[in-house]
Amino acid sequence: MKTSESRIHEKLGILADAAKYDVSCASSGSKRRNDNKGLGDASGMGICHSYTEDGRCVSLLKILLTNYCIFDCAYCVSRKSNDIKRAAFTIEEVVELTINFYRRNYIEGLFLSSGIFKNADFTMERLVTIAKKLRTEQKFNGYIHLKTIPGASEELMKEAGLYADRLSVNIELPTESSLKTLAPDKNYEEIFTPMSYLSEAISEYKAEKALIRSAPVFAPAGQSTQMVIGATPESDKDIMFQAHTLYKQFNMKRVYYSGYIPIGGDERLPGIGTPPPLIREHRLYQTDWLMRFYGFGVNEIVSDENPNLDVDVDPKLSWALRNLHEFPVDINTADYAKILRVPGIGVGSAQKIVAARRFGKLDWYQLKKIGVAMNRVKHFVVCSKQDVLFGDATPGAIRHHILAMGKSKYTASYSPQLSLF
Amino acid sequence: MRLSKPPSEHMTQFIYDGTYAGLFSAIFEVYERRCEDATIIRQQNFQALVFSENIEVYTDSAKAERVLKGLRKKVSPECFANIYSCYLSELKGIENTILQFVQYVFANRKNVEDNYGNASVLDISQTARKVGREKHRFEAFVRFENIGNRLFYAPIDPDYNVLPLIVPHFRRRYADQDWIIYDTRRKYGVHYDQATGQVHEAVIDVTTGSTDLAPTGISFDPDETLYQELWKNYFRSTNIPMRRNMKLHLQHVPKRYWKYLVEKK
Repeated sequence: MKTSESRIHEKLGILADAAKYDVSCASSGSKRRNDNKGLGDASGMGICHSYTEDGRCVSLLKILLTNYCIFDCAYCVSRKSNDIKRAAFTIEEVVELTINFYRRNYIEGLFLSSGIFKNADFTMERLVTIAKKLRTEQKFNGYIHLKTIPGASEELMKEAGLYADRLSVNIELPTESSLKTLAPDKNYEEIFTPMSYLSEAISEYKAEKALIRSAPVFAPAGQSTQMVIGATPESDKDIMFQAHTLYKQFNMKRVYYSGYIPIGGDERLPGIGTPPPLIREHRLYQTDWLMRFYGFGVNEIVSDENPNLDVDVDPKLSWALRNLHEFPVDINTADYAKILRVPGIGVGSAQKIVAARRFGKLDWYQLKKIGVAMNRVKHFVVCSKQDVLFGDATPGAIRHHILAMGKSKYTASYSPQLSLF
Repeated sequence: MRLSKPPSEHMTQFIYDGTYAGLFSAIFEVYERRCEDATIIRQQNFQALVFSENIEVYTDSAKAERVLKGLRKKVSPECFANIYSCYLSELKGIENTILQFVQYVFANRKNVEDNYGNASVLDISQTARKVGREKHRFEAFVRFENIGNRLFYAPIDPDYNVLPLIVPHFRRRYADQDWIIYDTRRKYGVHYDQATGQVHEAVIDVTTGSTDLAPTGISFDPDETLYQELWKNYFRSTNIPMRRNMKLHLQHVPKRYWKYLVEKK
């Protein structure tokens, strides 16, 4: 292999490895059409071109421009004090890689982050230049996700929004006190300022676009953010209340919860060998979904009385067991919002039920064919006034029955885990 | 096979040529003959049964269009497209599901496509969804390689005949490069010519005599191997070993798709 080839291989290995902890993988939500006989489009649904052996989707070329960094955040593998190989791509190399991978249908687009080199503006400018080259020189219409460097100027953020589909800045940790302890170079103000600027700019440009067709497009896929969970002692309530605030205040499209992968080197953090909190991460995502798609308020699922989510049952079932007075739900008369709250009925099934009801009453057989999880549903639903609810009526008995009949992929891990804090 | 009556009773089998127009010509004939015990089967799957009457259907696009036109008036564009998806699934008996669905739709004055309580409505919806998922998977798993002169070639082997469904996506996306997608199981493909912007059926020159057109690694473009190796490198580097979950991995990328994925070689 030629030296230039082995050099780019080495860079890619280092800089893709360093970028993998930023879990955002979305390639959906944009509306970029290929109107200029250019390369690519980015419309509507995202596409997961592959999946890694850890089961996560690969849809973008996710790299750091460089893993040199002037900051020293304890949870980050690229922190200044960590003794690792450092590398940096040139602007041309990133453009070439993106275009050539895209042409072969390996990726939907580019996800570009970076360690902070010199200062925020210097780094941000290079990220924006890459996006600009892709759009203007290469006529690239695929998906671009740029990280916003906290502290970068508004002019640069504005330019970024004109070329990228999504922008994001990571809140990193669920509370400011944790952030101050582990990442003294960062603070919430420098993170909230770009979030605020972006949410305002996005809605302004959107409003203008609705009136004037030729108005420019600004970050059409919105903004997102990420929290590391399990590195610091916050409860699930702390995490989800923060997520709720982020959704409401900054109109976030997504909040990501990244289970902490121990990298060693700091006694304040879980040491190497600690398994990543995968079940907890999963429950947090389920809670996130309940908030966004099932009409639940965040305080219905977590609160001061219930600060942590159940490990062995999902939050929806957990809520139902705490609120048995809301059941049974009559599948033929209850409104959509109530049907959505039945454990075992997802959004798709709920919509089918409501649509099919117009033609006649549904019975158990049809309900099963529609595809609800009957194992759960039968404890919470009746099909007619004559139906008697299946089984015992106590929360404990129902829970036991569902768990005994179910095949949870987490059963092996339900042993009581030692709390780390 | 989905039958409306037990096989011992009299049954009429309508045999069609396997095309969409052929299927709807058969449906037209079922109505024209007022046949009540009809089953529709394609030529390749036909087997003579003891008590069945067999009618060979001649594909008549005017007759097919009459049925389709009537159908278009009664269901949403989405539902109409779902019927085509179901046909592309090539599942045994799908023609009878489509027939039963069409009969149900025409028998009712108002639009009944949302009555998931009805077995054929649900079946059409669920089959269309299966085909839709395979289509989505193939928009994801198609891997092109540059075989020289900026001609990009990709072999596929889908469970359902999704090639007609994915062509529009790739036309929009790769408007500025020539490409070919070839279904190695069904032995036909589509060629997009970037100069004219048109697609036509691909003619593959199989000079080697081998019908397996998996990428052999031989390619005229000097950078092709480099980019394939870089992609494998990226695929490895972006994995987090501490979160290893092969069960989930296989759920998303079942082994039958690995054959043409560069990163799995």
